[in-house]
Amino acid sequence: MAKVPVQFTLNGSEKAEFVDSGTALLNALRDKIGDTSPKGGCHQGTCGACSVIIDGELRLSCLTLAETCNGAAIITTAGLAEAGVLHPLQRAFLDAFATQCGFCTPGMIMAAKVLLDRTPNPSRQDVVEALSGNICRCTGYEPIIQAVLTAARTNSQNAA
Amino acid sequence: MELRKNYFADVRKDGLHEIGQPRPRLDSPGHVTGRTTYFADRNFPGMLHLKMVRSPHHHARIRSIDTSEAEKHPGVVKVLTARDVPHNVYTILILIQIGPEDETVLADGKVRWKGEAVVAVLAETERAAQEAAAKVKVDYEVLPAVFDMEEALKPGAPLVNEYHGQNYYLYDSGECRKVRFGDVEAGFAQADHILEQSYQSSPIEHAPTETTGCVVTPEGNDRFTCYTNTQAMFFTLDNTSIILQMPGSKLHFVGGTVGGGFGGKVDVIVEPIAILGAKLTGRPVCFIYSREEEMQISSPRAAEKIVVKDGVMKDGRIVARKVTGYTDAGAYSRHSPYGAQKGAAHYPGPYTIPNVWIDTYCVYTNRTPSSAMRGFGVTIGDFALEVQMDKLARLIGLDPLEFRFINAYRDGDTKAHRQPTEGAALIECMQEASRAANWPVAEKYMAMSSYRKGA
Repeated sequence: MAKVPVQFTLNGSEKAEFVDSGTALLNALRDKIGDTSPKGGCHQGTCGACSVIIDGELRLSCLTLAETCNGAAIITTAGLAEAGVLHPLQRAFLDAFATQCGFCTPGMIMAAKVLLDRTPNPSRQDVVEALSGNICRCTGYEPIIQAVLTAARTNSQNAA
Repeated sequence: MELRKNYFADVRKDGLHEIGQPRPRLDSPGHVTGRTTYFADRNFPGMLHLKMVRSPHHHARIRSIDTSEAEKHPGVVKVLTARDVPHNVYTILILIQIGPEDETVLADGKVRWKGEAVVAVLAETERAAQEAAAKVKVDYEVLPAVFDMEEALKPGAPLVNEYHGQNYYLYDSGECRKVRFGDVEAGFAQADHILEQSYQSSPIEHAPTETTGCVVTPEGNDRFTCYTNTQAMFFTLDNTSIILQMPGSKLHFVGGTVGGGFGGKVDVIVEPIAILGAKLTGRPVCFIYSREEEMQISSPRAAEKIVVKDGVMKDGRIVARKVTGYTDAGAYSRHSPYGAQKGAAHYPGPYTIPNVWIDTYCVYTNRTPSSAMRGFGVTIGDFALEVQMDKLARLIGLDPLEFRFINAYRDGDTKAHRQPTEGAALIECMQEASRAANWPVAEKYMAMSSYRKGA
């Protein structure tokens, strides 16, 4: 099978890999680059566990071909904490008991980050809509929604 | 959280240091940073992918299996059939002496449900394994199938599972689990009203976000490490040891964070065949259910049918209860004989009823084998019993909550299985619930207690 070169920045670092043509970004990140924070839940674009941020947009890495990401800036949950200091969203998820098994958590945090980057003071409805593509099977959505709202408040206090 | 210290003040131990104290979850820092390691986050050089060829029929005899085309497919390393499995017929609960062994790791001679594993293909890539699996030719003679539990119990129904010899699990108490207490017919004769209702449920899929699977690596010293998301590590280790006829000391099982389970990952399905693949190829193997397999192949909560007949007095006392419960095990036992048995113990409910008669059947049909799921065996039962309680209350014109106070079991009451009730707090829970829900009940019920001094 033809190998294609792909280059992008992942959480600020340059990455270059050869992948089989047709490889999903999810598999390239997990199997080639070793960032296993995006999770494969359904591999068909319905659960949101593999969500990553590509050039500021929330994307499903299981449905994104790695070879289409040349030159892109990709952010995953593994790159969110800076120098060991948790991002306000991570801190809020931790404090709000918004994780149980944790499998949906990286995707949830990515979806929430895109929301807060665009809408710093979201309404509850904004949060619900932003997370609507992400399925959680054990925590229940309410603690997750509360965590995102708390992170938004923390952000706006820090900005003030 | 508020800890109510006014309840059972004279019997309660107060040396509690954990209850009522918030504690951070040990694993959540890993969850929020994406660092938690799930089994599939491990990748080994040269890892093979295992795909299963599955039965397209609900019930069929296997005339022949031809794997020659699959073996020639580029990238295929090994193709496994029933002949390759050292002890191919197993049952999970054999570890606690509950038999007979009734399920094949890979189908041998017959398939009993649509989706049953027949042939395992190991290949260099997932895609090659998938393509080769499609090239395995299985010649089936389709047999009549049975999908309804009551049909399965009728004489002349197709026999689902020869290892049982009949379409129900044979308990030591006979064709069903039985509870007999008092004289149920005398109870019905005495009752002011009798209500018989039937309740039934469909199978329910757990749908964990992380699908079932394992990654196995040979360690070079004839030992194998199996990274798995099983919820039942020792069931899996010990059953694998029996199936592969390998001492447990050769098998190193590594568990860890499970990405959702809800009981759906207690069966021993993926590990034995993946370890066998690693043993026969000398290479690491991963066997991970696709989402489609997870939804269609993994064992669901059993479908149940429950027929409840209650005799009740005008003053609200239930004087007789007769229950017949049916649990649809599907084609194989897995945990269902235990689920049906739990139902028998549960159907008297948390109520004191003087005359009780219960039969619960674990029935085999040509449906997906069912197994554990959150409170299996009693969850659907509770739905049936509590709907029945509301109907009974309505029938005699009582408030449904007050009706439950009248029948609630209290310390010292003898339950239908002849165990004295101890440590009941049902009255107190209902009192709190009535306050929380603003559902007023008469003062005499608010003055009741589950705890009877000297009981």
